[in-house]
Amino acid sequence: MSNIKYILGSFGDPDEMMHGIEKLQENNISIYDVYTPMPIHGIEAKLGIKRSRLDVFAFFCGITGTASAFALIYLTSVVDWRHNIGGKPAMALPDFIPIMFELTVLFCAFGLVGAYYASTHLFPGRSPRVMDLRASNDRFIIAVDAKQNAEHSKIDGLLKEAGAIEVKHNERKYISYE
Amino acid sequence: MSGHNESILREPLITGQNITYAKITDDILTPVENKPNRAWWIGFIASLCGATLWLVAVSYTFWFGIGAWGLNKTVGWAWDITGFVWWVGIGHAGTLISAVLLLFRQNWRNSINRSAEAMTIFAVICAATYVVSHMGRPWLAYWVLPLPNQFGSLWVNFNSPLVWDMFAISTYFSVSLLFWYTGLLPDIATIRDRATGLRRKIYTIFSFGWNGNVKTWQRFETVSLVLAGISTPLVLSVHTIVSMDFATSVIPGWHTTIFPPYFVAGAIFSGFAMVLTLLLIARKVLGLENYITMFHIESMNKIIILTGSIVGVAYLTEFFIAWYSGSEYETYAFVNRSTGPYWWAYWMMMTCNVISPQLLWFKKIRLSITATWILSIVVNIGMWFERFVIIVTSLHRDYLPSSWAMFYPTWVDVSVFVGSIGVFFTLFLLFLRVLPSIAIAEVKMILKSSSEQEKLKQIKSGHLDKAQVKEYVESLEKFDSVKQEEYAKI
Repeated sequence: MSNIKYILGSFGDPDEMMHGIEKLQENNISIYDVYTPMPIHGIEAKLGIKRSRLDVFAFFCGITGTASAFALIYLTSVVDWRHNIGGKPAMALPDFIPIMFELTVLFCAFGLVGAYYASTHLFPGRSPRVMDLRASNDRFIIAVDAKQNAEHSKIDGLLKEAGAIEVKHNERKYISYE
Repeated sequence: MSGHNESILREPLITGQNITYAKITDDILTPVENKPNRAWWIGFIASLCGATLWLVAVSYTFWFGIGAWGLNKTVGWAWDITGFVWWVGIGHAGTLISAVLLLFRQNWRNSINRSAEAMTIFAVICAATYVVSHMGRPWLAYWVLPLPNQFGSLWVNFNSPLVWDMFAISTYFSVSLLFWYTGLLPDIATIRDRATGLRRKIYTIFSFGWNGNVKTWQRFETVSLVLAGISTPLVLSVHTIVSMDFATSVIPGWHTTIFPPYFVAGAIFSGFAMVLTLLLIARKVLGLENYITMFHIESMNKIIILTGSIVGVAYLTEFFIAWYSGSEYETYAFVNRSTGPYWWAYWMMMTCNVISPQLLWFKKIRLSITATWILSIVVNIGMWFERFVIIVTSLHRDYLPSSWAMFYPTWVDVSVFVGSIGVFFTLFLLFLRVLPSIAIAEVKMILKSSSEQEKLKQIKSGHLDKAQVKEYVESLEKFDSVKQEEYAKI
């Protein structure tokens, strides 16, 4: 009994899983995390997760791109190394717009995806921290920390009542490690 | 999602009964988790022959220089830039499906976006190889980058559309790759969690440790939305800038302000045609009829009619303005295009791009898989001719009649083009084998709202408007993957 680290409620249907979250919350049982094969809309509000600020970060990356492109072009063809091309003005802003736009998008995309991978700890070769292998296929998993919530049989009951197909008592946190 | 039903008037996006989340995974991963069948091998070997031909022809070009091509002093750009613009254009549909349709909340994109984006990436690779090989000295290709250099105080000319194009194509390629790969992570994790042994190790590396918890998905959706938001103007800018390679020159026939919208419409037109060419076969061979339905095919056909008509209007406008401008050079360029020595190319373009897509107004043709597939090939032939007509017919009759010339491709020109198709199909067929051709997670998202089985359940519950149900059942008649007898009694 004392070796159990996590209790997993495995649901076959996202709506039943949402119901399970409600049940647990009504009984003041804290939820460690939820693993699903697809995004579930409305789950963040239920679990009290703040909105992601990645979009704000992406905006500033984009602005950095615009400024960098302008600085590059301005410094290399207006301030220094000015060329007389058929008497046309060196400071030709409309001509700078395409590159400024492209670098805005480039910086924004790379900054955003880089920040996403860093904040979510995604990188090539990282060992997956998976609690149930079917969470990426057809099961919706609610994980409850067994050490913090002592009433194991009550949790089992609540999960089953909400429609869980099976309830697992895992003695290891992540089953994906060999 | 809970308790929210989609209107019965909307056609289902997933057909078939007894579709579960597990079945979606199994169906989509069948080609990835099993040995390839004979059809795949035949296609792959044929494509590999094409890719080999491409390798020989491009190596020959690198070794002997672009004198190996049929270019001459008058016609300095021909099949190379035709091929480049053709491939870049084809790529546009992938981004349009993944980004623009996401912003417009068109859920039917969910089952075609993955392979369309893969197509984008492979098409842009083919396009980029043209850019590099037409440089003459490809080992100096890095000179297009703005690098401080030892050759004197010379930077790239930031006023040149060719430099803009370098920025546009490389941004487009890398952003598309990021978008595609980030979307692939959850599906690679699905393969990983079902695999064993070495396969599991390989997919573990490429899944980046994805575990699908709440925070990962929440950020994933933010990232997808922002990437879609920036990719939408990006895709429009890419072909706009490609068109500026021509439009900012002073060559009659190129120097027109209509080029950017006209090129973008043409790009979407040819891209959707290529998506249909690929998916109509993939759907049959991989058995994905329940996910890529007749509704998807019809929707794409409708986009082809729209963009084909825009292209048609652009051709006529160009012609009208050539006459109305009163510029004799401009007028001559267009009269020569349609009645000069390249008249056959012009009328080939007109027939394939403007006239034949209009057949799709007929519901019977729009819903026939064979007719759609043939028309999709016709459109791509037409779009190749469009670029050929714009490039070669505008150049071949110079201001000096003594330098008028024709363009005759050499075996190298032909081999580079045919070979690039081989490269494209080699990459695409490999993709079908190692990665899921449909975004598994995104299809699962619409299972409970837009599938045929859910709608049937709603009908059986009996609280729906009879007239609406009748309309829905009638709309199902076009689906080849729906068992019509289920609805006979309703």
